[in-house]
Amino acid sequence: MGVLEVKNVGKRFGGLQALGNVNLSVKENTVHAIIGPNGAGKSTLLNCLIGKLIPDTGSVMFDGQSVLGRKPHEINQMGISRVFQTPEIFGDLTVFENVMIPIFAKRDGAFRMHAYESVSNERDITEAAERMLEDVNMLDKRHVQASSLSRGDKRRLEMAMCLSQEPKLLLLDEPTAGMARADTNNTIDLLKEIKAKRNITMAIIEHDMHVVFSLAERITVLAQGTPLVEDTPANIKGHPKVREAYLGEAH
Amino acid sequence: MLGLNKKDGTLLLIVIGLTLFAPFLLNPFPVESELAQFNAGYPDLMQRFVIFGIFAIGFNILFGLTGYLSFGHAAFLGAGSYAGVWMMKLLSMNVIPAIVAAVIVAGLFSVLIGYISLRRSGIYFSILTLAFAQMSFALAYSVLTPITGGETGLQLSLDDPRILTGGAEGGNLPVPSLFGLEMRDSFDLVLGSWLFTFNVGYYVCAIIMIAAFYLAIRIFRSPFGMMLRAVKSNQQRMSYTGLNSRPYTLAAFVISGMYAGLAGGLMVSMDPLAGAERMQWTASGEVVLMTILGGAGTLIGPVLGAGFIKYFENIFSKINDQILHGWFAFLPDGLENAMVALVHPFIGKGWHLTLGILFMLVVIFLPGGLVEGGQRVGRFAFRRRNKKAEGAEAEGAAKQPAE
Repeated sequence: MGVLEVKNVGKRFGGLQALGNVNLSVKENTVHAIIGPNGAGKSTLLNCLIGKLIPDTGSVMFDGQSVLGRKPHEINQMGISRVFQTPEIFGDLTVFENVMIPIFAKRDGAFRMHAYESVSNERDITEAAERMLEDVNMLDKRHVQASSLSRGDKRRLEMAMCLSQEPKLLLLDEPTAGMARADTNNTIDLLKEIKAKRNITMAIIEHDMHVVFSLAERITVLAQGTPLVEDTPANIKGHPKVREAYLGEAH
Repeated sequence: MLGLNKKDGTLLLIVIGLTLFAPFLLNPFPVESELAQFNAGYPDLMQRFVIFGIFAIGFNILFGLTGYLSFGHAAFLGAGSYAGVWMMKLLSMNVIPAIVAAVIVAGLFSVLIGYISLRRSGIYFSILTLAFAQMSFALAYSVLTPITGGETGLQLSLDDPRILTGGAEGGNLPVPSLFGLEMRDSFDLVLGSWLFTFNVGYYVCAIIMIAAFYLAIRIFRSPFGMMLRAVKSNQQRMSYTGLNSRPYTLAAFVISGMYAGLAGGLMVSMDPLAGAERMQWTASGEVVLMTILGGAGTLIGPVLGAGFIKYFENIFSKINDQILHGWFAFLPDGLENAMVALVHPFIGKGWHLTLGILFMLVVIFLPGGLVEGGQRVGRFAFRRRNKKAEGAEAEGAAKQPAE
């Protein structure tokens, strides 16, 4: 039984069957990659996992509970954090505040009216935020406004925000999309570092084979809305079906 | 001090100083002098400064922090005003029940409007709030006449019950008071050719404004305030961080609605009369202008903006052609008339034009409002002082970016 269990999920947009009967199981403490060519249904699947879309059929169970019909913030409170294709951070706030907010959310839940206390008096929150920033080597930038960070640093900050919630599952949506090779390698190193430091379950949606094969322990290949194969990276590499789906090669 | 850091504490002290010494600060010119018309230190105007200051401080908690631009905040001011007058009609002429009821009624009213309007954001939210406010205005003007007094407005009358103090004694309408201290009581201080007026009503308003300002600082520096800024910055990230932005925005909306109600309650405590025009969209637009002109999202900005606009409305509008002729009397006749004709559209009834031009200039050149202007001047002065102190040697260093 995995942390995340996707069973028979289907989603149709008008005449297009975006997902048809997807089964997927993400095991605890593994890095599970979901790959596939453009239009394979990767993003649709992800949106079904985080409550942005509700699938027409099937079930999505996380930690023994269904996520379907829940709002994004409720799903996050269950323990799923998400890293976006372009880093989504609080641009107007400082780096330090950016990291404090998820820690507040973790401690106080979706809403708490703490309007009279002072942020600087919340010692446990500020200390946890400092530790997290130290972990990702950004403590020296704590007073910088987040929107002025470099793209790599924004990604790093977003990762720190997600990790500070100690999620049971970290979802990454094409974390290296549109990045230069050097930045891609930096992100891979960061993810490896995170993986080494804490036992965390990750699901990566990715287009770039280089990223997938350097990180993933398990790979699901998606094509035309259905899973083609699920296997270890070594076995996926030479798999004829995968080659066909990607390159359209006829044998 | 009071749980504030040094910078905020200093700011609070400055505001306390400015409001408590306002009767001096706003009357810098001797009574008999030509410039006496620029004096703003009379009770009626000073009361309006602080009351609209409260209104703008509250509006800024919603607009400045969450970025939700409400175009209907005057509805809460109006609701508070009506509630205040009703308390004076039914209970007693003491201002305390009037103010408390104003805050509560405006709070409840804003829960209702906020709950519906906050289902949308951006321009749709603004339009919804505007629609609700105009609806309230129209209702107050027509259908709700038994409660609001309709066209004539809601006023006190001799046969009001006032169950706590009994009906009116004698043939005079009673006046609002705070445990016997009448709001209209003033004490005049004559120093040489200067006249300073200390008014009870003003000081009641001023103390309440200081408390409201202190509360606003606490909200700005609290985790709640941080979440509100997060709403403005990135709602997507917020919901994927496990936070529900809806109750945060609703809480901010209700808090600012209660501030507006407080302002309305104080207005009727100074002058127990409430009219429907207080809810009209022009009144809602005015507080938006005040906040943006002063600097949205800053602590002191809205208060400055409120003071600025109210000063213009009351002082600039008083200048007429006769006064202009007096100013330009030193010029030859033809030139004098030309100058008067040139300046004429900007004064008197044309004060809106002057204000509009100033507003445009501020928005274009100082997007952070008057506060940003103050900061720029401060930085400039600071740099010059440093230059002077350190002499020629520092000149080279100053050319490099300051921060």
